[in-house]
Amino acid sequence: MMKHRTRRVWEWIIERAILMAGLAAILFVVAIFLFLVRDSVPLLKTVSLGGLLAGKRWLPTSEPPQFGLLPLLLGSLYVTVGAMVLSVPLGLGAAIFIAEVAPPRWREVLKPAVELLAAVPSVVFGFIGLLMVGPWLARTFDLPIGQFAALGSLLLAFMAVPTIVSVAEDALTAVPRALRDNSLALGATEWQTISRVVVPAGRSGIVAACLLGLGRAIGETMTVLMVTGNAAVIPEGLRGFMEPIRTMTATIAAEMGETAYQTPHYFALFMVGLLLFLITLGVNMVADIVIHKAGGMKE
Amino acid sequence: MRIPPRLAQRLAFGLLYASMILVALPVLLIVVLMAVKGLAGLSPALFLHGSQALLPSIIGTVCLVTLTGVICAPLGIAAAVYLSEYAKRGPLVRLVRLSIVNLAGVPSVVYGLFGLALFVMLMKFGRSLIAGSATLALLVLPLVVSASEEALRQVPQRLRDASLALGATKWQTVRRVVLPNALPGIITGLILAISRAAGETAPILFTAAFFSLTDPYPNSVFDPVLALPYQLFVMSTEMPDVPIENKWATALVLVVVVLGLNLGAIVYRARLRRRQRW
Repeated sequence: MMKHRTRRVWEWIIERAILMAGLAAILFVVAIFLFLVRDSVPLLKTVSLGGLLAGKRWLPTSEPPQFGLLPLLLGSLYVTVGAMVLSVPLGLGAAIFIAEVAPPRWREVLKPAVELLAAVPSVVFGFIGLLMVGPWLARTFDLPIGQFAALGSLLLAFMAVPTIVSVAEDALTAVPRALRDNSLALGATEWQTISRVVVPAGRSGIVAACLLGLGRAIGETMTVLMVTGNAAVIPEGLRGFMEPIRTMTATIAAEMGETAYQTPHYFALFMVGLLLFLITLGVNMVADIVIHKAGGMKE
Repeated sequence: MRIPPRLAQRLAFGLLYASMILVALPVLLIVVLMAVKGLAGLSPALFLHGSQALLPSIIGTVCLVTLTGVICAPLGIAAAVYLSEYAKRGPLVRLVRLSIVNLAGVPSVVYGLFGLALFVMLMKFGRSLIAGSATLALLVLPLVVSASEEALRQVPQRLRDASLALGATKWQTVRRVVLPNALPGIITGLILAISRAAGETAPILFTAAFFSLTDPYPNSVFDPVLALPYQLFVMSTEMPDVPIENKWATALVLVVVVLGLNLGAIVYRARLRRRQRW
């Protein structure tokens, strides 16, 4: 009888612990947010939010320091937009190929191969970009320096592609077989079936795939730190792509190591982190909502 | 002018083939580059001697990822058990899932900031193995939870029903029936998480990594460590004098460690799928 009771108490404790572990994820997201706020808001005592977001100069170590985030925001925007322009068509093309065109035997090889690309550490991409691709592009196109925004975009594109391929391919594969058969039976060609039936049916998943790829590209750090030249200047027009630039992530990675605890510079870097956190949070939320809508439609 | 459907199809398929090739090309390129350039610089001396010896970094990375696994495995598996076995559909579970999705999307450098503020400063661990591992554990937690939950869900309901019908309690069923059957899938997920942690640089930049060869091995979890990805970063950005072959060889070792773990997990999973009884 006694044994029975201790077991009950034991199980009660374990099951509470499991519940706690389940809820821990919520706690972590909230904790990350709170710590970012705690260590960034004190900056607003020295700079106004408007001056921060519209400030054109990022000179954190000059006297007096200037914490204008505009160059960093635009730097991230340039690199990310460039990466999406390259990775969305490529990734969707590859996803459609794997899901609809490739023979089943290829499919089993191609998808893991693309996913393996996702496993390559970002520092390795940066290394290859810095030592090989950058110098080679600079020679070929006669650029003054082998580190520039478009190089970051190019490498980031290949880091975002696996996410896009993987999620979009799942979405296309989930489109019911009957839709394809009906379309083909009506005399449509395979391409007409793909472009007018399968892709529209899987569009929520495809949109989500692009958003998740976008999230990956914005948050990527080591690669852009190594290959984009790290000049905190405001890029101008299309030419900005061929010039050195500096992203939000790279700024944190480059400067936090030499920054004293809870100085204005430290607070400013946490402010950049907070902005990054909020941007990726927004992108991921929208992606999640889009995916869940798709789930609801299928049911 | 209308393009005839057959021609349109040929054009479109041509583009699809082209994009597949462009996507697959870098995979091949990285493998070939690493093999050719990296192997040329590989030598026993590279691991043991000189200012860029790899052995201390390899050991540092092993320490980091082992501790990461120790921290995140219990938490991640327990969270997966909650989601798969205990949670009832509702707003709370929706919130947990949304949190996991968002944790997976937080940039790695932001984890670094969080680790710096919480583990290094507030908890006073200093720049250390434990702070780095705790930060990496948070980063890979979503991976472990998703993989474990998937593995738990694949255990057929009838096994649970049979166990409960024999008079086992809920927890006994989970502990003796569900978890053992899901274990291979959970282990696969853990290996993938470890491989991710082994290649990350940004989260350990200000929480754990350092570069010194006077005393490269950590004596306790409160010492800073060398790490392979960090060493590659330092070598390629701050050491122009180091022979380029050594840099390629370092990159090769990192890629072999990370992709080796990954391939291992993929092969292991494929073999299990074939053997599965249901």
